[in-house]
Amino acid sequence: MKLSNFLMMSRRNFLFATAASSAFIAISKFAKATTSTPDTHKTNTNTVKMTVNGKPQELTLDTRTTLLDALREHMDLTGTKKGCDHGQCGACTVIVNGRRINSCLSLALQHDGDEVTTIEGLGNPDNMHPMQAAFVKHDGYQCGYCTPGQICSAVATLDEIKQGIPSHVTEDLTAEQKVTNMEIRERMSGNICRCGAYSNMAEAISEVAGG
Amino acid sequence: MKPFTYQRAETTQDAVRGIKTPGAKFIAGSTNLLDLMKLQIEQPAHLVDISKLPLNKIEDTEEGGLRIGGLVTNTDLAANERIRKEYAVLSRALLAGASGQLRNKASTGGNFLQRTRCPYFYDTNQPCNKRKPGTGCSAIDGYSRSLGIVGVSNDCIATHPSDMAVAMRVLDAVIETTDSEGNTRSIPLEKFYVLPGSKPNVETVLKKDELITAVILPKPVGGTHIYRKVRDRASYAFALISVAAIIFEDGTGRVAMGGVASQPWRVKAADNQLPNGAKAVIAKLLENPKTTEDNKFKVTLAERVLDGVIKEARG
Amino acid sequence: MKFDTPATENPIDQQKVIGKSTDRIDGPLKTTGTAPYAYEHKDIPGNVAYGYIIGSAIPRGRIGGIDTLAAKTAPGVRAVVTYQNAGELDKGDFNTAKLLAGPDIQHYHQAVAVVVADTFEQARSAAELVDVKYIKDQGNYDLSKVKDSAVSPGKTNGQPADTSRGNFDEAFASAPVTLDETYTTPDQSHSMMEPHASIAAWDGDKLSLWTSNQMVEWGRGDVAKTLKISKDNVRLMSPYIGGGFGGKLFVRADAIMAALGAKAAGRPVKIALQRPLIMNNTTHRPATIQRIRIGADESGKITAIGHESWSGDLEGGGPETAVNQTRLLYAGENRMTSMRLAELHLPEGNAMRAPGEAPGLMALEIAIDEMAEKLNMDPVEFRVVNDTQVDPENPERPFSQRQLVKCLRDGAEKFGWNKRNAEPAQMRDGDWLVGMGVAAAIRGAPVQKSAARVRLETDGSVTVETDMTDIGTGSYTIIAQTAAEMMGLPLNMIKVKLGDSSFPVSSGSGGQWGANSSTAGVYAACVKLREKIADKLGYDKGTAEFSGGQIKADDKSAPLIQAVSDKPLEAEDAMEYGDLDKKYALQTFGGHFVEVGVNAYSGEIRIRRMLAMCAAGRILNPKSARSQVIGGMTMAAGAALMEHLAVDKKRGFFVNHDLAGYEVPVHADIPHQDVIFLDEADDKSSPMKAKGVGELGICGVSAAIANAIYNATGVRIRDYPITLDKLIQDMPVAI
Repeated sequence: MKLSNFLMMSRRNFLFATAASSAFIAISKFAKATTSTPDTHKTNTNTVKMTVNGKPQELTLDTRTTLLDALREHMDLTGTKKGCDHGQCGACTVIVNGRRINSCLSLALQHDGDEVTTIEGLGNPDNMHPMQAAFVKHDGYQCGYCTPGQICSAVATLDEIKQGIPSHVTEDLTAEQKVTNMEIRERMSGNICRCGAYSNMAEAISEVAGG
Repeated sequence: MKPFTYQRAETTQDAVRGIKTPGAKFIAGSTNLLDLMKLQIEQPAHLVDISKLPLNKIEDTEEGGLRIGGLVTNTDLAANERIRKEYAVLSRALLAGASGQLRNKASTGGNFLQRTRCPYFYDTNQPCNKRKPGTGCSAIDGYSRSLGIVGVSNDCIATHPSDMAVAMRVLDAVIETTDSEGNTRSIPLEKFYVLPGSKPNVETVLKKDELITAVILPKPVGGTHIYRKVRDRASYAFALISVAAIIFEDGTGRVAMGGVASQPWRVKAADNQLPNGAKAVIAKLLENPKTTEDNKFKVTLAERVLDGVIKEARG
Repeated sequence: MKFDTPATENPIDQQKVIGKSTDRIDGPLKTTGTAPYAYEHKDIPGNVAYGYIIGSAIPRGRIGGIDTLAAKTAPGVRAVVTYQNAGELDKGDFNTAKLLAGPDIQHYHQAVAVVVADTFEQARSAAELVDVKYIKDQGNYDLSKVKDSAVSPGKTNGQPADTSRGNFDEAFASAPVTLDETYTTPDQSHSMMEPHASIAAWDGDKLSLWTSNQMVEWGRGDVAKTLKISKDNVRLMSPYIGGGFGGKLFVRADAIMAALGAKAAGRPVKIALQRPLIMNNTTHRPATIQRIRIGADESGKITAIGHESWSGDLEGGGPETAVNQTRLLYAGENRMTSMRLAELHLPEGNAMRAPGEAPGLMALEIAIDEMAEKLNMDPVEFRVVNDTQVDPENPERPFSQRQLVKCLRDGAEKFGWNKRNAEPAQMRDGDWLVGMGVAAAIRGAPVQKSAARVRLETDGSVTVETDMTDIGTGSYTIIAQTAAEMMGLPLNMIKVKLGDSSFPVSSGSGGQWGANSSTAGVYAACVKLREKIADKLGYDKGTAEFSGGQIKADDKSAPLIQAVSDKPLEAEDAMEYGDLDKKYALQTFGGHFVEVGVNAYSGEIRIRRMLAMCAAGRILNPKSARSQVIGGMTMAAGAALMEHLAVDKKRGFFVNHDLAGYEVPVHADIPHQDVIFLDEADDKSSPMKAKGVGELGICGVSAAIANAIYNATGVRIRDYPITLDKLIQDMPVAI
């Protein structure tokens, strides 16, 4: 390649540009502001207390630790999955103070005093939660990776309907909430299953709702 | 994610004092800020956690409207009885947004401050004037199907991703803030956002030390409330376009649109055209659109969808 | 054991366990979060460090320099590995581009470095301090622009680039009714929920790799080759895999960078590819441009059928074999297919669920619908008229079994096809235009050599060990069912251990060969174990029967446990195949029926009903097989309606590279799905008489959706995905 045919660039700045009219566009790490020196990168820690699956936990964590990573890497609760780490898939769904959230988009430190329930808190292989048993019965999973998040979400979904929280497909915002196939599907839409077990999950959740 | 120090604010005073720390930012629901911090698009040196402040109430105002605390979650706001009955367009907009999980976490104040979902904004290898002023806009000649067609500039065609804000705009919401000096102010939503112009990195009139404490809704205006969100995927997707409309029996009303600009888009002259039908409204609302090959469909789509909304309101 | 003549009656035919709808034996582990995936193994020797991969910021060119000083001295950092200090690396046989770039960059987000630190937070943070200087080179990123430069790729997986029979040109030119249309399918992403992830630990020269990989033996070979170490020094473990769909057929950067990072740091290292990197760093299904020409006589008989496909890939890559199905699906004396491959500098293309057939049928089955309309024929009838019971390129070669017509006819009946109005845009339900569509499905049923080890334990239970994988397919369960049937034991007496390269080499999971091949391997091992038990207990191994935990012959019987009173009995064998798949065309078939609603105002498309009629040999576990099919249908719905990797043709990468930008179907998109399996057993396929269903489910469905959209709106879209922006231009304004 001829020197005149390229631009050389770095994350921080353009080193040199030999051909301003070149058709080639320079790319660099445009988000990076100034050079960071290691001492500005020291690790900060804080302490947080929370109850996880009924068990009190006190942890000293890097401030950057998400609730998801605190569960997986610091409490050995790997049932909660990391699918995207950006709130785009729902695999990390846990129930906090009775409401489901994406644990990847939450700093662990923000959960001081909170009650967290993960898939491990719902049941275990010898004593499954009715939702877990219904997922097995209806084959509401395949690879199993989104499954803990789906199940936490499903449990919280039925509770949300019970509490009268409406959804996008609720026809009458002021009427009593019903558990319909469409309500389940809309409310569960924050949990992606790439294996495509949706149809079976809807049946599993309906069964638990009806029981 | 760069290291940061962390402070849990117990009171609003605590919070606005903490924000004076160099590089400080408030964190509430964290559903967008933390997302962006992971990519180092946001790089706070200090976080003031306001998530446990007592700003989570919805109260009646003396004028007959509502004061919504800045930390009321999207779920709680959508489920509020008065919102459902008297401000249904807001409830509908909230429920059309994100997922159940995100709505449980996302705050009212934070929802207004979401950054764009333009894919080039999210990719730190690519030029983006919003992320790094002066680097250029990749979207204009790149992939722009989801991006803006009005109020855009040569430097940025990003859209604002919020559904809630579109409904708030049609409801004439007012944002209340307090700053580190204890000053408070009320900002009508129509004055809250700033067009991209040559500085797309500046998105609102908020000062760095200003905290959204509440949103005021004027007393209910009645009418038929409709929020219509259009997307390829049936749920858990950002709007290609969305329409928030309040239409009265005489055919007059208000309309705001999402997915077309860097802010919820409402034009007074367009409201006035509502009795004359969708075509007349869109001629004013999306006047002189600046489209790309990828997103020019939005003009046609907007007119068709608004037509449906008007027909639905007329019954 | 060699399978080279059609199967006769064997113990599997009893179907006491096989063929029964069975809950997955791994279900309780998966639903309680206790099944360990690659990143989660806890029995790792040593203190595990965290790796974070940096992807190239340019699509093509080279690295001008890398400054790692700031990163290396950041808190907690143990190592930074780049091409400059990684040592000499080779490229895996199954990889097109190298897994660690440098100095050349071959595609966007190709790994350029890994940062290893004590914590994930430290590794991620320090990764931003690595300063890479890039020298960018020009590249080609637009398939339509380089299409005319495409060349013959030669043979791909045994498929020739060009095929022909009769005289296509002449027959097409003289046909009274013809169609000549071009269809396009986009680049697609597997987007499995578990990111590619690995933990690497070295013990001297020996590498243990816990990873997420569909093909353990291929993986072991490519890890060894890439790292230039002996295959004997690599142990690969992949017991649970959070989805693959072809994206985990091959070793990816997580595995290699974990191994390199672990070596450099002197500690085990774990890495999960961060989601925003996956779509450009790993493989994808390549986009295609397909031209289809069909000629028919007035009675609707196809006289000429031609299918050409163009796709692109990096140098050394292969084509998307989108013409496969057209060689076999319909009759027609005069036929041709052709594949051309252009050089593109986007990330490498490779197999994704039903490579070839999935995008090929997306095009072909629209063309068939269009042709039926031209002929004024019902699209089901048109397909039936053109059915063939022999390979149309080679009429001496029959299909082993082909019940496509029954799939279509029974499906039409079941779905209420007669309610469809053949004239488009006539059915309306409120604001929704309603339409129905049909498509045929065909997908090969290949078999692969597969081995297993079975052991009768001293407690009377049986342990099965094979390096087979379960990627959500249900392998654990059907393997247990197979062993239970063969040994005459209840299911709960079978333990299945999978995904470890220290176990016998299996077929692995890919190309929908896994279920039939891996269970056939277990069958072979069980036959051997039965013989050993018979020998030990003094029974004639030819006539002994195994049932109820007993070995039986004539009037005597004994519990199996008697054979292992002192020590376990173990047997190992593989199933290998002769040329039955040459003598017979082994294929699976389906008829797909879909009803959609299209919003009259917005053009939004929502699926209302879906039905699949499948003919795929013996169904080993109807419950998990049905799940495979609905999963395929769901992915096909994504392909039809939303999935596309948006190419920035100027900047050379897939722009929408996360799960917010690359939309896949969610719960709300998918209605209740019906799946019906025809009762089949294919004696040419294996002693299991099974085939595969994992890929059949995605085949044809997208076209059925496309045809339903046409039926609803009268607008024919030939460019996937079919999104509202393409429809509303031509859709009449709603009244």
